[in-house]
Amino acid sequence: MSNTRHPSSALTTLARDPLVWALTALMLLIFGMESLKPLFVAVFPALERPIYEQDTFLALVIAHARIVAVSSSVSILIGVAAGIFVTRSAGAEFRSLIESIVAIGQTFPPVAVLAVAVPLIGFGEAPALIALALYGLLPIVQQTIAGLESVPRGARDVAKGLGMSNGQILARVDLPLALPVIIAGVRTSVIINIGTAAIASTVGVKTLGSPIIVGLSGFNTAYILQGAVLVGLLAVVTDLAFGRLGRYCERWRFAA
Amino acid sequence: MIELQHVSKAFGPTQAIEDLSLTVGQGEFIVLIGSSGSGKSTTLKMMNRLIEHDSGRILFAGDEIRSFRPEDIRRRMGYAIQSIGLFPHWTVEKNIATVPELLQWPGARIRARVTELLALLDLEPELYRGRYPHQLSGGQQQRVGVARALAGDPEVLLMDEPFGSLDPLTRVALQEELSRIHRASGKTIVLVTHDIDEALRLATRIVLLDHGRVIQTGTPLQIVAQPASDFVTDFVGRSEVGIKLLGLETVAGRVRRNESADGEPVAETLTLREALSIFVAREVERLAVVDDDGRPTGCLHFSDLVKPRE
Repeated sequence: MSNTRHPSSALTTLARDPLVWALTALMLLIFGMESLKPLFVAVFPALERPIYEQDTFLALVIAHARIVAVSSSVSILIGVAAGIFVTRSAGAEFRSLIESIVAIGQTFPPVAVLAVAVPLIGFGEAPALIALALYGLLPIVQQTIAGLESVPRGARDVAKGLGMSNGQILARVDLPLALPVIIAGVRTSVIINIGTAAIASTVGVKTLGSPIIVGLSGFNTAYILQGAVLVGLLAVVTDLAFGRLGRYCERWRFAA
Repeated sequence: MIELQHVSKAFGPTQAIEDLSLTVGQGEFIVLIGSSGSGKSTTLKMMNRLIEHDSGRILFAGDEIRSFRPEDIRRRMGYAIQSIGLFPHWTVEKNIATVPELLQWPGARIRARVTELLALLDLEPELYRGRYPHQLSGGQQQRVGVARALAGDPEVLLMDEPFGSLDPLTRVALQEELSRIHRASGKTIVLVTHDIDEALRLATRIVLLDHGRVIQTGTPLQIVAQPASDFVTDFVGRSEVGIKLLGLETVAGRVRRNESADGEPVAETLTLREALSIFVAREVERLAVVDDDGRPTGCLHFSDLVKPRE
């Protein structure tokens, strides 16, 4: 291999990668929370049950990730479509309208949306998904618009002059060039959603917020800590992964 | 090839083009020239329907251009602009292949075409095909831009101030390149510029526009030697008419075949303008002349610049 002179270099690179560290920490906590029991007993001697046991942490993480994935997918679909629409000549006049609607969507705290949604559609996933999807729209729409507007004018002019149709210009020039900026918006939106999804447990959805809610109502600080640390780590891992994805999408920029 | 018949175009209240008629013949190198706002760029963009004309008719190969899909007509005309507009996320190869891919040529043919064009524009194919635009100099980028415009083997090449943003040396080099491509391929080229020297150097026919009207059409020699109005004289440069005339003729036409001179010889392909510069710089009255292969062909006297011998 080309690394024969530096046999440790691949390993060193791996060891310096924050994504690897964060992912390892997340995995260790998911599967090894049990083994931290002596620690929690020592720190919280008053607690009868210092480890959350109503669900496995794996199940909680998966449920949490699923809620975030579903709501963020909806945000991305609607947000990117809206961003594309208002930057086309046909949709230009709707731009300020859509920007205000989206901004209002983020002004409403998700707790308030949940509070309003529950009496209307009942407890469960549906109100949580709606609240999260609405809340995550703003950064995606904003960044889609910013990304599409940052495409060099000359490139678009030539694309048209060389005979690309509007669809081809969008697919081959606009979107690939806007992608890193759009991904930055998706990144912000998903990170916000990971934090906010914990609140969905207040309306009976199983997430990493469940130990936090249960801990808050039962004065069990250990539960709160366990839920919060996992939510935090999940957000960190996701953030680092999106950073990686964003760089991959504009790797041409780094060609030397 | 392209025919504009009584074409007019207004942008809101501003009349950009007024009753303009112009025929671009097969194999011509037409340069549209004028100051900003003269309508030269608008005229060019009406030819490939980037701008739609209001009235009159524009024919391409005999058919009204509105009878084509805009995309189809654009793919049959190469297009290059001042800002070059290379796609930054695509390699040189993929940029050049833009139109062939739109035309769905087979992969092998596209690859061969890219190699051919890179070589034609003096870019080492294997060195440059995999590079990204930001890894190229301005001149190299514009070479790729020209190669991309030529890639689909278009019937016409439309160029909107293609060399405007380049430094003078690179600009002259690319002008020579384009001139050579025109002579070799016989392609019809329509180029927009505001640089009279560029127009005189490249055009087989110059179309001088002002306020959306054609002021004069003619060969470079006609524009300089027989200006239709004071406006044309001013545009060419009133104080430089003589110099411009010298720039249109080469040493070969005035060389004295049966005489010889001492000193460093000059090539007979030089323009008389360049020869004048050498006379003055060397403070001599006679220059030895050689042909392309370096064989002596005669000598040029300083007075031969003023008028050809009878």
